[in-house]
Amino acid sequence: MFGKLTLEAIPYHEPIIMGAVAMMVLGGAALFAGITFFRLWGPLWSKWLTSVDHKNIGIMYIILALVMLLRGFADAVMMRTQQAMASTGAAGPLPPEHFDQIFTAHGVIMIFFMAMPFMVGLMNIVVPLQIGARDVAFPYLNNLSFWLTASGALLINISLAVGEFARTGWLAYPPLSELQYSPGVGVDYYLWALQISGVGTLLAGVNMITTILKMRAPGMTLMRMPIFTWTTLCSNMLIVAAFPILTATLAMLSLDRYLGMHFFTNDGGGNAMMYVNLIWAWGHPEVYILVLPAFGIFSEVISTFSSKKLFGYTSMVYATVCITVLSFIVWLHHFFTMGAGANVNAFFGISTMIISIPTGAKIFNWLFTMYRGRVQFTVPVLWTLGFMVTFVIGGMTGVLMAVPAADFVLHNSLFLIAHFHNVIIGGVLFGYLAGFTYWFPKAFGFKLNETLGKVSFWCWLVGFYLAFMPLYALGLMGMTRRMNHVDNVVWHNYLLVAALGAAVIACGIGAFVLQILVSVLNRKALRDLTGDPWNGRTLEWATSSPPAFYNFAVDPVVTSRDAFWEQKQTTGAGLQPLPAYGKIHMPHNTGTGVILGGFIAVLGFALIWHIWWLAVAAFAAAVAVGIGHTFNENRDYYVPSETVAETEGKYFKQLTSQV
Amino acid sequence: MSNAHSVAAADAALLHGVEAHDEHHHDDGSKTTLGFWIYLMSDCILFAAVFAAFAVLRGQTAGGPDAKELFSLPYVAGETAFLLVSSFTYGMAMIAAEKQKQSATLRWLGVTLLLGLGFMFMELHEFAELIGEGAGPDRSAFLSSFFTLVGTHGLHVLSGMVWMVTLIAHVLRRGLTHANIVRLTCLSLFWHFLDIVWIGVFTIVYLSGVAA
Repeated sequence: MFGKLTLEAIPYHEPIIMGAVAMMVLGGAALFAGITFFRLWGPLWSKWLTSVDHKNIGIMYIILALVMLLRGFADAVMMRTQQAMASTGAAGPLPPEHFDQIFTAHGVIMIFFMAMPFMVGLMNIVVPLQIGARDVAFPYLNNLSFWLTASGALLINISLAVGEFARTGWLAYPPLSELQYSPGVGVDYYLWALQISGVGTLLAGVNMITTILKMRAPGMTLMRMPIFTWTTLCSNMLIVAAFPILTATLAMLSLDRYLGMHFFTNDGGGNAMMYVNLIWAWGHPEVYILVLPAFGIFSEVISTFSSKKLFGYTSMVYATVCITVLSFIVWLHHFFTMGAGANVNAFFGISTMIISIPTGAKIFNWLFTMYRGRVQFTVPVLWTLGFMVTFVIGGMTGVLMAVPAADFVLHNSLFLIAHFHNVIIGGVLFGYLAGFTYWFPKAFGFKLNETLGKVSFWCWLVGFYLAFMPLYALGLMGMTRRMNHVDNVVWHNYLLVAALGAAVIACGIGAFVLQILVSVLNRKALRDLTGDPWNGRTLEWATSSPPAFYNFAVDPVVTSRDAFWEQKQTTGAGLQPLPAYGKIHMPHNTGTGVILGGFIAVLGFALIWHIWWLAVAAFAAAVAVGIGHTFNENRDYYVPSETVAETEGKYFKQLTSQV
Repeated sequence: MSNAHSVAAADAALLHGVEAHDEHHHDDGSKTTLGFWIYLMSDCILFAAVFAAFAVLRGQTAGGPDAKELFSLPYVAGETAFLLVSSFTYGMAMIAAEKQKQSATLRWLGVTLLLGLGFMFMELHEFAELIGEGAGPDRSAFLSSFFTLVGTHGLHVLSGMVWMVTLIAHVLRRGLTHANIVRLTCLSLFWHFLDIVWIGVFTIVYLSGVAA
């Protein structure tokens, strides 16, 4: 009846896990009670969960990302604590089977359920506004993409309470991840959570490319697009080109585990290295999927706060496109030790080093943008400067490891861990936090507290160096990754410093959370009525904050790069009221996405626990809901011109009352 | 296509009155078609990954039967004929749809569906025979990759058929509206795409497998 699922699947005997589960359950119950008490279910359903407004969907993505950031960071703290306590021969608080789940969950959560939703969320909020569009190309699909991502995240969190998570590392290399060596449900949680959220990501990619190619405001040629839109376009092209490989690879591993096939098994002619090749053919582009939008954010931030147009726009675009193409021909540098031979390794080593050229060009573009500009040291600029220093260091250790001979020494050591955290925290995370602070007033209509933002930045920056510089040293000393306990006094002190770094980062996260709370409480004082708090350059600042649900009452017409800046220069002001407005065509909200996401989550759970009848039922229900939705003809409507005039009137009244 | 466009324009004008200034935000079908093309390209990469796996594993028979012993070219030629002719009949359905001939469209869609069923039947029959002979997907890496590649294609054909039934219902319900023509166009792209993938399967799996 319940497949492999029994009451024993709940890890009662693990106090740490049960504590975390209790917190999750209590938090969930408190949230549920709060929503019920304040009678918010109705508005939550009709304004948020079923929303097809790209701004609301973007906000939901970012909330998901921040919640998962907390969970992923809790895993990081546990790892640092364990290694600091268990490096002089002691066993430490975490037993190996639990520690292995933690480092796997940390990687999976941070990449798939923190960085990816954060990125898609920022794109969702910003890109349609930047190109002067009223929504994305496929609003319902956008909602569905979010719910598929959320379903994947839900499965990962359920794995904490029911059963276990994979103990294989974040890419689940076989043969370890095969049934023979991982007979539990951990790898199955991994496979279905990633498969479901991966489909969501792919659909989001299709949506975003179509939006950018088809819905730009009149006059916005490709070479007039804001850089963030360009990097979003390239990043989503990578999503569409790379995620199918992940889907296929995970499907093959699933077939090995569920139907006894032999893709990657030790016996039957399977080839485990094929998995490693395939997963990195997705995995390396994934790195650039994450970092390209961050590059776009830095470009917007540095240009706005230097009050200058971006230096070398054209070279920035070409550099982005070069990186997009090159990202597909470097995957083998993740496993030079496979032994593909000197020539193959040399090819991939050189192609890896070549990527540093367009990336370096970008760094110089940002520096020259600041040169002789009036740089304002706001929080987004601090993140950008922190990024430039940190990312260059991470880039250089990357080029070092691109030398195959050096990589043979450093492979799987903590030097590698330090390198990729150096570029992912210093590049991706700093970028997204810069973007979060920069666009927060656009999404909510008030700015974030500046002081706490600076505290958060400095804690993150100092904490990062404390946590990861020792890992470079440890890697050179020969400490490998994913060690549960060791007995080496020399390493112990370095691990203590790294743990201290994690504590400082914790302060940074604390300051960040506090910053949001304080800003929400002080939102009246922090209110931005103009919609253009930073004297911005691109079209997202040409609307009210938050923008009306239709974004633009009339299509903006673009005649140059930095369209809004040009408009302000020529007319001396931003948006002007019009004598009359036309009606606007908009999509209706739909509950199909959230319902479908729910059935798919049940399907995933049933497949993980081999509850076949439930899997069949959930699949049939999902197909029925999906097909049923196509028969819904009542998908869109017209906003009457009076409503538009009223909304716009309110905004202009706000503007004049402020003056 | 020009025919479809004029139909589309007339349709849009009827539905929404005169909204010329708002054209920018309307889907005249080109967004959906472009989006679907992009999805198809991603599907193409999915197949590329499975093809690559087959190419790596095709010799790994683990002492079991190889392609030469298992496959019968005349049988596969039959399957291929079903699928290729179904592509042609789908093309006829699209021509009829663009001329607004509803019953002809439905007839051709019905024929396409039957041909698709024929293909699926032959494929499942082949799978059943192989499994009966002890040459199932768990026998060797070669057979795992064979069943996965051909099965992935088969699953696509199956979902194409479910989609076709859905569209027949749509056309019966609303006629050949603009929205339905866009849907039929997308399925058309999908169906022809599966045909092209099958030619790859036929060549790489069957022809070169038996010839090697």
